[in-house]
Amino acid sequence: MSTTDIILQQLANGLIMGSFYAMVALGYTMVYGIIKLLNFAHGDLYMVGGFVGFLILSAISSLLGESWTAIVCSMVLSMLAVGMLGVIIQRVAYRPMLTAPRLSILITALAVSMILSNGVMTITDGEYMAFNTDLGFDGLDFGNVFISYTQLALVISASVLMVILYLFVNKTLYGKAMRAIAIDQDACKLMGINVNKIIALTFFIGSSLAAAAGVMAGVYYGSLHFSMGFVIGLKAFTAAVIGGIGSIPGAMLGGLLLGLLEAFGTQIPFIGSEWKDVFSFGLLILLLILKPTGILGKTEIERM
Amino acid sequence: MNTSSNTSMVANIANWLQHQHNRLVVLLVMAALAMFFPLIANNYMLEVLTNAWFYTILCLGLNIVVGYAGLLDLGYAAFFAVGAYTTGILTSQFGVNFWLTIPAAVFCSMVAGIIIGGPTLRLRSDYLAIVTLGFGEIVRIIARNLEITGGASGLIGIDRPYFFGIELSQGIHFYYVFLILAIIACFVSYRLQNSRLGRAWQYVREDEDAAEAMGINRVGVKLYAYVIGAMFGGVAGAFFAVKMTAISPETFTFSQSVLILLGVVLGGMGKIPGVIIGAFALVLFPEVFRDLGSMRMLVFAIVMLVIMLYRPEGIWPRGKS
Repeated sequence: MSTTDIILQQLANGLIMGSFYAMVALGYTMVYGIIKLLNFAHGDLYMVGGFVGFLILSAISSLLGESWTAIVCSMVLSMLAVGMLGVIIQRVAYRPMLTAPRLSILITALAVSMILSNGVMTITDGEYMAFNTDLGFDGLDFGNVFISYTQLALVISASVLMVILYLFVNKTLYGKAMRAIAIDQDACKLMGINVNKIIALTFFIGSSLAAAAGVMAGVYYGSLHFSMGFVIGLKAFTAAVIGGIGSIPGAMLGGLLLGLLEAFGTQIPFIGSEWKDVFSFGLLILLLILKPTGILGKTEIERM
Repeated sequence: MNTSSNTSMVANIANWLQHQHNRLVVLLVMAALAMFFPLIANNYMLEVLTNAWFYTILCLGLNIVVGYAGLLDLGYAAFFAVGAYTTGILTSQFGVNFWLTIPAAVFCSMVAGIIIGGPTLRLRSDYLAIVTLGFGEIVRIIARNLEITGGASGLIGIDRPYFFGIELSQGIHFYYVFLILAIIACFVSYRLQNSRLGRAWQYVREDEDAAEAMGINRVGVKLYAYVIGAMFGGVAGAFFAVKMTAISPETFTFSQSVLILLGVVLGGMGKIPGVIIGAFALVLFPEVFRDLGSMRMLVFAIVMLVIMLYRPEGIWPRGKS
């Protein structure tokens, strides 16, 4: 393979990984923007979303087979179910803690994350689940660069979801309420905005995006494991920080950028794929130290 | 009705414990029990209790960071790993005497504490949590991929140490080793709590800006908390390496860090007796409820959530202050 081919292939790989990261990062950033909570459980919602999608797909495969229609159906249902799960988590675990010290709410979020991942581990006995689809392996072949239709479809559906989200946040009244709460929660209450409802809505949207990414990851990798949420959670957080935490376009940009950086980073000699995670975590640490506001984030003076 | 009589009993005990004199009596009785325990224990009980003392040291170390200074550290296992690997590599590959590797292990974990703490302690507390998490993973992945650390299978055949000509190899030897270390850790924690630095930590934890306005070097005292916590982990790691004679990267996973954090949270952040109880609960619980098996972490996580929601100060009763 020539250098150009490698670059093109890595570009494609980076964009696919990047769109997963971006979708999970969006949930992080939305929740962070609205209630300043680092939702550790977000990566696990992605994992749960994958498993729920898998269950629904197995249930309806007798009717619809394992074709695109069935996958889209199971993705939508999984988004609804995991969105509800996100709302329940917010209601049970986070809402009572909003006025507590930051340390307490972080530990609470960590506990929720552990409950989700270990719960799924108990249910699945820690086994890998094969996510079978009959999408085939056809694709666009450009000489040495190969992009399957599945990959193409994943990137397109991720983009569609992100555009819908962008329009929702910027063009609707609910989106306006979300942005208002991010700025001043008390003032919103005085203006008659139902703050708790909007926060719940934010959790619903963030969690369902994570679930969509989880189902897509299942389709892409062909298998699911309870531990898959941990690393992607960390990486999506990295992506959110790269773009500027709290900023929705920032999360999309950050996700794509991280995907590309990772794809090319592993091509550098001495940095094999076993160092891929070290590369992204190192990047995260450097970024937090050097530019914690990210690319599109606003500088704000805050209590530490 | 039952619960109300229970709480009043707890309150009575707590009240009784308020007096310095009574506390000392309890402490001495407990110390005596711990000292003479091996006389009546079988090997299994000895092993479990040794483990409990070991977690006591780790939890007390993390307590300095989380309980005293109020910083969330999700990668504490990394410091423990640095200590264990320093001792493991020096004894098994360079033939250094074990006792000489302890200062090296302490030094290396301190350096790790400074490397990760120095630049990141200026960050917001939730960023710090995620950086420590990433750091913990980095240390584990490095240990798994380097040759000197034995790769994924880890280091094996670490020599047992000699203490005045006696080879420390029996369960009872390590019981006393870890008991003594735990007592030292308690003593150091206790002295730190009431020191100038301890009060500075408390101030920074409660109100960072006010503390800084009073002339406390915010980043400086946090760094002290980090480095001292790392030292506890380093020492515990060094002794862990010779007790197990083999260490592998999978001992130092994220779950390990969470487990240690749970010990601190369970008993009560910042309270020494609480942290000891937390560490014991951590070790004894899975032994008592054997049937749980792989559900252990799930149950622990639920306990952690319930504690944070209903009793964030932990199971140990609140002190006078």
